[in-house]
Amino acid sequence: MSLNGAAYIAGAYEHPTRKATDKSVALLHAECAIGALADAGLSKSDVDGYFCAGDAPGMGPISMVDYLNLKVRHMDATDIGGSSYLLHVAHAAEAIAAGRCNVALITLAGRPRSEGMATGTTPRAGNVAQPDVQFEYPYGPTVVNVYAMVAQRHMHEYGTTSEQLAWIKVAASHHAQHNPHAMLRDVVTVEDVVKSPIVASPLHRLDCCVISDGGGALVVVRPEIAASLKRPKVKIIGMGEAPKGQLGGAVDLTYSGARFSGAAAFEMAKVKPGDIKYASIYDSFTITVLVQIEDLGFCEKGKGGAFVADGNLISGVGKLPFNTDGGGLCNNHPANRGGITKVIEAVRQLRGEAHPKVQVANCNLALAHGTGGLLGTRHGSATLIMERE
Amino acid sequence: MAYQQRKIPFAGAIDSNPETKPFFEGCAAGVLKIPHCNKCGKTHWYPRGVCPHCMSQDLAWKDASGKGTIYSFSVMKRAEVPYCIAYVTLAEGTTMLTNIVDCDLDTVRIGQSVALRFVPTEGGPPMPMFTPA
Repeated sequence: MSLNGAAYIAGAYEHPTRKATDKSVALLHAECAIGALADAGLSKSDVDGYFCAGDAPGMGPISMVDYLNLKVRHMDATDIGGSSYLLHVAHAAEAIAAGRCNVALITLAGRPRSEGMATGTTPRAGNVAQPDVQFEYPYGPTVVNVYAMVAQRHMHEYGTTSEQLAWIKVAASHHAQHNPHAMLRDVVTVEDVVKSPIVASPLHRLDCCVISDGGGALVVVRPEIAASLKRPKVKIIGMGEAPKGQLGGAVDLTYSGARFSGAAAFEMAKVKPGDIKYASIYDSFTITVLVQIEDLGFCEKGKGGAFVADGNLISGVGKLPFNTDGGGLCNNHPANRGGITKVIEAVRQLRGEAHPKVQVANCNLALAHGTGGLLGTRHGSATLIMERE
Repeated sequence: MAYQQRKIPFAGAIDSNPETKPFFEGCAAGVLKIPHCNKCGKTHWYPRGVCPHCMSQDLAWKDASGKGTIYSFSVMKRAEVPYCIAYVTLAEGTTMLTNIVDCDLDTVRIGQSVALRFVPTEGGPPMPMFTPA
C-alpha cells in the first residue's frame, strides 16, 4: 500500500518569538500546539495522536501529553535530531493510514538562546554508554567542526569554494529581509560571508545558522477531515527516511542520508526533482544545504557549488527557490532543531501564504528535507514531498 | 604559528564499556590497537564488541602501523586553544576521528601523510593522535 495521499497537513504554526526569557519550554510547546490547531480549525478534543522529540521536556510524549492533558490513542517520540519532525509527519501519515489516529499533533520548542547555550562550538561528552563517545569526545567534536570536515572534503573532491557556499547564505538573507520575525534581516553579500571570522575552517561565522528560542507545531489529518476544513489542502505524497553514519570506518563525507530518503520520497510521489517548485532544505550550515541539494537530485554530485551560485536559490531569481522564510541561516532554528520550520514554510508556499515578495508563483509541489544530528559523524535524514490539491 | 596543545579530556573510565578496555590499555602502553574481524577479515572503527561489517563477535586486536593519511580536517578557531579535528585513514584501511597535533595548523592539508603520536589526557590514558610525517 502506498502512503501517497494517506494524510494531509491541515495546521502549521511557527512561534513568533526568537528569545523567550519569560516562558518555559513546556509552555512554548503548548503555545505552538494552540497555534497549529487554530490554524487548522480544530480543537484540543480532536487530537488523538501526539508526536514529539528530544526537545520536549520530560519522558518523551508522556510528560507533554499530561501537561496538555490530551487524550490520545497513538504517540511517538522518535528522535533523529532536527529532522525528527519531518519523520513525524511521515509516521503520522502511516499511523493515520493504519487507523491508529485521525488528528496527529506534532510539537517542537526550546530556548537555547535564553539559556546561553554555545550550541555549535562546545564539545559535549554525553553518556559514555553511547558507543562512539569514548573514541570521539577527546578529539573535541563540536557541531561546527564536524560539519566543517564535510565542507573541507567537498572542496577537495569537487573544487567547491567558500564563495559558492556563501551564495547559500546570501539567498537566505534575501528572503529573510521580508520576514519581520527573522533574527537576521540584513541582506548580506558573498564578500560579507567570506570575510566573517572563521569558526571552524573552512566555515565562517556567516556559514552558520542562528541560535534562537521558539518552536512550531503541525497538525496532520486523514483525508476526510482535511476535506471538511476551510484551509487550502496540502497533501503528503512522498516520504523517506534514512540514517547515515561512519559505515564501520569506511567514512565517506561526500554524501548524506538524503541520497536514500530523497530517492524513496520521489519514488512514492512519482515526481522528479525538476518538478519541484519550492524546496525547504535544512540549513544548519551552508554546506548542509549544498550536500543535500546534490543528494536529493537537484543537481549532479559535485556540481552543487555551481548550482547554488549567482542567486539560483533566490525566489523570483533562480531555478530552485529555497527557505523563503530566511531558513535557519537567517530566520529561526528553534531548539537547535530546524525540521519543523522547514515543513511550515513549505506549507505556506503551497497555500500561497508565504510573504508576497517570496511567494513562488503557482506553487503546487514542494519538498522539505531535514538532516538531524551531525552530518560528518552520524545523522538522520527525512524527506517529505507535498502537493497542493 | 607556534603549536599550542589544548588540554585533552577523557570520557568515563577505561572499563566504562568493558569490551573495549584492551584498546585503552594499549593506549596506556603506547600502542594503537585496532579491531580486526577473524570472520570477514576486515578492520573497523570505532572499536566495538561486534563486527559492523558482518556482525561476528570473533574479533582480535591488531597493532596498527601508526601510519595514515588525512581524509578531512577542520581547524577549530573559536576555542580557547585552537585545535585540528580530523579523519585519518590508517594504512590498515579504516578511518578514525582524531586530532592533528604538533604542527602549524594552518599548513594541514587533505592527503597529507601522518604518523601516530600519543597525547596525554586528563583522567584517562593518552589518546592516539597524528602529526605530519
